Amino acid sequence: MNPEAATHSIDRRDEIRHLHDGEPAPAANADDGGAGDDDAPLVELQDVVLRFGKKTVLDGVSLAVYPGERLIVLGGSGSGKSTTLRLIMGILQPTAGRVFFCGHEISALGRRELNVLRARIGMVYQYSALISSLTVRDNLALPMEELSDQKPEEIDRIIDEKLAMVNMGNVKSAMPAELSGGMKKRIGLARALVLDPELILFDEPSAGLDPVTSSIVDELIINLTEQTQTTSIVVTHEMDSAFRIGTRMVMLYEGKIIADGPPEEFRHSSNPVVTQFVEGRTEGPILDSTRHHDPKPEQPATTTAGR
Amino acid sequence: MIGAIGRSTRNALIQLGSIYRLLLGMVNELGDQVSRRRPPLRRRVLFEQTDRVGIGSIPLVAMVSFFIGLTMALLIGAELKVYGTERLVPQLIAIAFSRELGPLMTGIVLAARIGAAFTAELGTMTVSEEVEAVEAMGLGPLRFLVAPRLLAITGLLPCLVVISTLAAVFGSFLVSLYYLNIAPGYFFDLTQEGLRVRDVLMGIFKSGVFGLIIGLVACYRGLTVKGGAAGVGNATTSSVVTSVTTVIGTDTLFNILQQALLPNQ
Ligand SMILES: Nc1ncnc2c1ncn2[C@@H]1O[C@H](COP(=O)(O)OP(=O)(O)O)[C@@H](O)[C@H]1O
Ligand SMILES: [Mg+2]
Repeated sequence: MNPEAATHSIDRRDEIRHLHDGEPAPAANADDGGAGDDDAPLVELQDVVLRFGKKTVLDGVSLAVYPGERLIVLGGSGSGKSTTLRLIMGILQPTAGRVFFCGHEISALGRRELNVLRARIGMVYQYSALISSLTVRDNLALPMEELSDQKPEEIDRIIDEKLAMVNMGNVKSAMPAELSGGMKKRIGLARALVLDPELILFDEPSAGLDPVTSSIVDELIINLTEQTQTTSIVVTHEMDSAFRIGTRMVMLYEGKIIADGPPEEFRHSSNPVVTQFVEGRTEGPILDSTRHHDPKPEQPATTTAGR
Repeated sequence: MIGAIGRSTRNALIQLGSIYRLLLGMVNELGDQVSRRRPPLRRRVLFEQTDRVGIGSIPLVAMVSFFIGLTMALLIGAELKVYGTERLVPQLIAIAFSRELGPLMTGIVLAARIGAAFTAELGTMTVSEEVEAVEAMGLGPLRFLVAPRLLAITGLLPCLVVISTLAAVFGSFLVSLYYLNIAPGYFFDLTQEGLRVRDVLMGIFKSGVFGLIIGLVACYRGLTVKGGAAGVGNATTSSVVTSVTTVIGTDTLFNILQQALLPNQ
């Protein structure tokens, strides 16, 4: 985008590369995942297993996300979608298996390297997760002030630019609590963009929004990722927005990826789980634990902030 | 019964371990930022915290200490008057507050006023995924959220103890002047006799430790909140209960050690 920001992110890339001097790059990832090489996956999960106590959330998930893709991750509530994003950010460690970003094994990095790498990933939260004690402007300025060497004028310029990108130019001095859900989501998106990340993760971008606002946010996701050439992973269970946004889809069910392919395949899938989910029918293999009086009903996982 | 005791001891030890890791993690995150040649703390955040912990607590600490000092002077004075030894009152109040009641009262007041606020704030931020967002941006939540709070309460509790002691001495001054008929000049001589350097230093050291305990317990409870708004409420209650009992327990330990190792006179 702007030349200074670009050199800046290259600097960060060098820092990461430097940290890993001499270490053999993992298979199929000889390159650093830079913009030039489209064959190496940007994100890769290899046989990832994740358990919380006795509960297995992910049970051998393998997934490669390539530069430029808008990958939709489908799945019911509690199927481990947010957990998958947390694994990519290095907030959770897999019980088994490996997670890569740009050829670096996220699950094996020290805290310091991890933090450098995290600056290259933007995350948009289900409920925006803006820092409630800071104004919109300060929320956007925070990552730049803490992690980059930009001058104050430069920071202000980037803030204006990113806010204009999400059509929210006039709320800089508002506190997050004064904004509506859709506005917060857009500010959250602007915050994810300030460091010009290579990858943006969206956790249920349409959750809690009315259909119109939800479509606007979907449009923004499409336009921004195309403008900035970023890869994105969008977690959702809203089929309309999934088909609007996605260039590729995967579906998580019972800890495994049961379908992976272009959106068209999902519309005409032969897998009964996928068809039930896509069409939102009550009849089918996906059990509704409350209706069927399952002897071990699943915890109501996503009622509080998705945890 | 024994099982319950065993279980709660085990829990307490596990939590102690987690709190230690929190402190260690915070120091590491601060070190990371320093090694990248950046200021480890944002000046404005630190200023906000020191302002509310320090300046904001002065009225309450001063008022509580003034009333307790005055009441003690009154009750002790009434007793000692019978034996004609009421001139011991200023000295007793000075000793009591500089080495014992000042740190203890200030610690309890701050646990309720500041510790509770720390837990509620960090708890709400945890529930709304703000803490996770700070972590995901690579800012280091322990450095960014815990360090300024911990620094503010550890650094300012000793300062507040000085205020507490002054307020209590002022209470005893009023009682001495109007009830015990001790002249102001004589009162100050007597008070000075009670203020021993060793006690004052001990009180200041102790109160720094109390501040660290309150801050660590409060931040730990806040960052480990589970279960939405109700979870924040429970964590806040438990934070105040834990830090008040730990502060009183630690104070007892300090006194036993002090008497054993450095007995008076
Ligand atoms: N920190 C945690 N501790 C224990 N269980 C968790 C934790 N985080 C998530 N889970 C469980 O993992 C499952 C998947 O959660 P999540 O990834 O948030 O689902 P979703 O697909 O709705 O985003 C849920 O059943 C949830 O209860
Ligand atoms: Mg979720």
